[in-house]
Amino acid sequence: MSRGTAARSPLGALTGAMFKGFVRDRMTLFWAVAFPLMFLVLFGGVFTGQDEAPKVDVVQVGAVPVLDDLPAAARDSIGEGLDVEKRPGLDAALDSLREGDVDAVVTQDGDDVTLHFSQADQVKAAQVRGLFQAVVQIADQAASGQAPRFTLSTEQVEDDSLEQIQYVTPSLLGWAVAMSATFGAAANLVAWRVSGLLRRLRLAPIRTSSVVLARVGVSVVIAGVQAAIFIGLGVGAFGLKLTGWWPLIVPLLLFGTLSFLSIGMLAGAVSRTEEGAVGLANFVVLPMAFLSGSFFPLDGAPTWLRAVSSCLPLKHLNDGMLDVMVRGQGPSALLVPIAVLLAFTVVLSAVAARVFRWEA
Amino acid sequence: MGAAITVDALVMTYGSLRAVDGVSFDVRPGEFFGLLGPNGAGKTTTLETVEGLRKPDAGSVAIDGYDPWKRQPELQRRIGVQLQSSAFFERLTAREQLVTFASLYGVASGRADELLEQVGLTDKANSPVEKLSGGQAQRLSIACALVHDPEVLFLDEPTAALDPQARRNLWDFLEGLNDSGRTVVLTTHSMEEAEVLCDRVAIIDRGRLLKLDTPQALIRGLDVATRISVVPGLVRPHEARAWPGVADVVESDVALVIETRDPGPVLAALAERDALEGLAVTKGTLEDVFLSLTGREYRA
Repeated sequence: MSRGTAARSPLGALTGAMFKGFVRDRMTLFWAVAFPLMFLVLFGGVFTGQDEAPKVDVVQVGAVPVLDDLPAAARDSIGEGLDVEKRPGLDAALDSLREGDVDAVVTQDGDDVTLHFSQADQVKAAQVRGLFQAVVQIADQAASGQAPRFTLSTEQVEDDSLEQIQYVTPSLLGWAVAMSATFGAAANLVAWRVSGLLRRLRLAPIRTSSVVLARVGVSVVIAGVQAAIFIGLGVGAFGLKLTGWWPLIVPLLLFGTLSFLSIGMLAGAVSRTEEGAVGLANFVVLPMAFLSGSFFPLDGAPTWLRAVSSCLPLKHLNDGMLDVMVRGQGPSALLVPIAVLLAFTVVLSAVAARVFRWEA
Repeated sequence: MGAAITVDALVMTYGSLRAVDGVSFDVRPGEFFGLLGPNGAGKTTTLETVEGLRKPDAGSVAIDGYDPWKRQPELQRRIGVQLQSSAFFERLTAREQLVTFASLYGVASGRADELLEQVGLTDKANSPVEKLSGGQAQRLSIACALVHDPEVLFLDEPTAALDPQARRNLWDFLEGLNDSGRTVVLTTHSMEEAEVLCDRVAIIDRGRLLKLDTPQALIRGLDVATRISVVPGLVRPHEARAWPGVADVVESDVALVIETRDPGPVLAALAERDALEGLAVTKGTLEDVFLSLTGREYRA
C-alpha cells in the first residue's frame, strides 16, 4: 500500500475535511464572511458619509456686495459650506426654495441683506442662517476698518479619538470572529453526531483531541481570513487608519476563537439538532454582540449595563481589538483581554467535555 | 489474517428492557458470520458492543483477546466498521471521503482509487456523497470500512433499504470479502441474505440467541416436508397421492406441488413418467427455521 502520495496525518486529514465542508457550504460562508461584511459596509461606509455637513445651496438674486466683496480668506472658509448660484428673477428663485430645490435665496438692497429660507429642513435652515450671520459680521468689520480683536479656533474632537470607521472595524471584526467560531463548532459537532460520523471516528485509531484540534485549526484560519478582509476593506475603501501595534490582533484572534469555540462546543453538546445548535448559538452571541458594543459604543449606556458588559468575553475581545488596532496601545493592553478569554475557554471547554456525547 | 471473536453471556439493558439477554457465541478466523433476526431482536446492539461502541452491562466481548470497549489503536487498526447510517464527511466527494478515511488509518491515498474500482464507483469519484444513490452510498460506506484492509469487518444491515437489484449486486461484492481470510460479521433481517452469504448464522430473537449453525444444517435439522413442483397436467393428482411417501398433492393453474419427506422415490416416479417439465425442489428455508424455533411467522 505504498502507491499514491504518502498518507497525511489524521489531524491534517480531519482539518482538510472540515475545511472543505465549510467552504463548500454557501450558507455558512455567507453567515461567516458576507453577513459581517454587510455590517461593515453599512456602518463604515454609509453612515460615515453623514459625518461631514452637506453644503447648502443658495441662490443670489441681483448684486449682493456682502458676498461679492468677501475677503479671500473668509470666502475660502465660508465657501466650504456654501454653494452660491446667481439667478435673475426673485419670484422664480423663491419658487425653487419652496419646492426644496435650493436651501436659501439672498438679496441685498443698500445696507439690508435679506435671506429667505425654508424651515422644511431645519438643519440646513440653521446652517444657512449661521453662515450668513458670519458673512454679515465679516462685512461689518471690514466696513469699520478695525482689526478683529477675538479669534476663534475650532477643533473636532473625533479627530483625536475615533471616527466611525475606526470604531466599527475592530468591534465588528470581534463579532464576526465570535459568530463564526461559535456557529462553526456548534453546527459541525451536531451534524457529525447526527450523521453517525462521530461514532465512526470513535472506532478509528485517532485521538479525540485530533477532532477538537482540527476544528480549532479551521476556525483560526477562518478568523484570519475575516481579519484580512475586514482590514483590507477598511483601509482600502473606508479610510481606516491602523496604529503601529495592530499585528497584535493575531494573539487576540487566536484566544477569541478558542473562547467562542468552547461556547460553540457547549451549544453543540447540549443540542439534538443542527437547527437547535445554531439557534442556541444565535441566542448567546447576538445579545452578547449588542452588550459588548460590537455595533455601537456603550459609552452612554447605564452603569449596570456596562457592568454586565464587562463580564462578557466579546466585550474584552472588542476592547483588545480597539486598543491595538486604532488606539495605539501596546502589548500590555492584551493582558486583561487574553486572561478573560482564556478563563472562559478553560471553564467552558471543561463543561463541554463533561456533557459531550458521541451518540445522537 | 482474520481474528477470532468471543462473546460470552452478554447482557445489555435499556431501562427495564433487556435488549441483549445472555448471548454467547464464537466467531472463527476467516468466517462469514451472520446475526439474523427481526427488527428489534438485539442484533445491532450485540454488534455495536462487539465493535466497542457500547459497554456491556454484563458478560464480556473479546476480539483476539482485546477488549473493544477500551479504545486501543492496535485493535482499531485491525477492525473495519460499516455503521447502519452512512457516516460521511459532509460535502466531500466519494474519493475525498476514502482519502480522508485512509489518512485516519495511516494509509496512502492510492488505496482510494483501488477501492473505488472494487466497489464500482470510479465514475462517481468526484461526486459529492450527498448525490449518491442508496446503493452507491452503501458501497462507499463499505469501501471506507475496507480502506485499511482490516482483519475483521463488521457490517450492520448493509443491504437494508436497497431495491432487490441493488441488493443482489451488493451480495456479489460481499461474497468475496472473506476470501483472503478476513473475518466478516454481518447483521441482517433478510433470511435470504443470510443463506446466500453466511458460513454460520446465529438466529436472534428478543435478545436471546435461539440457534447457531450453518444455514444448511439449520434447514436440514428441520422436520419439514420437501416441496416438489412440476408443470400442471403431467400427472394426475390422485395418481401421485398413491405414490410411497407422498404427504400431500396440490394442483393449481401454475403448478402441481407434491409434499414429501422422502423426495427420492417421488423424483424417480416423475422421471419414469417423463414428467419433469418445470421441476423445482425446495426444502425448508430459514423462514421455516424461525417459525419452528419461535412459533411465530418471520416478519422482518
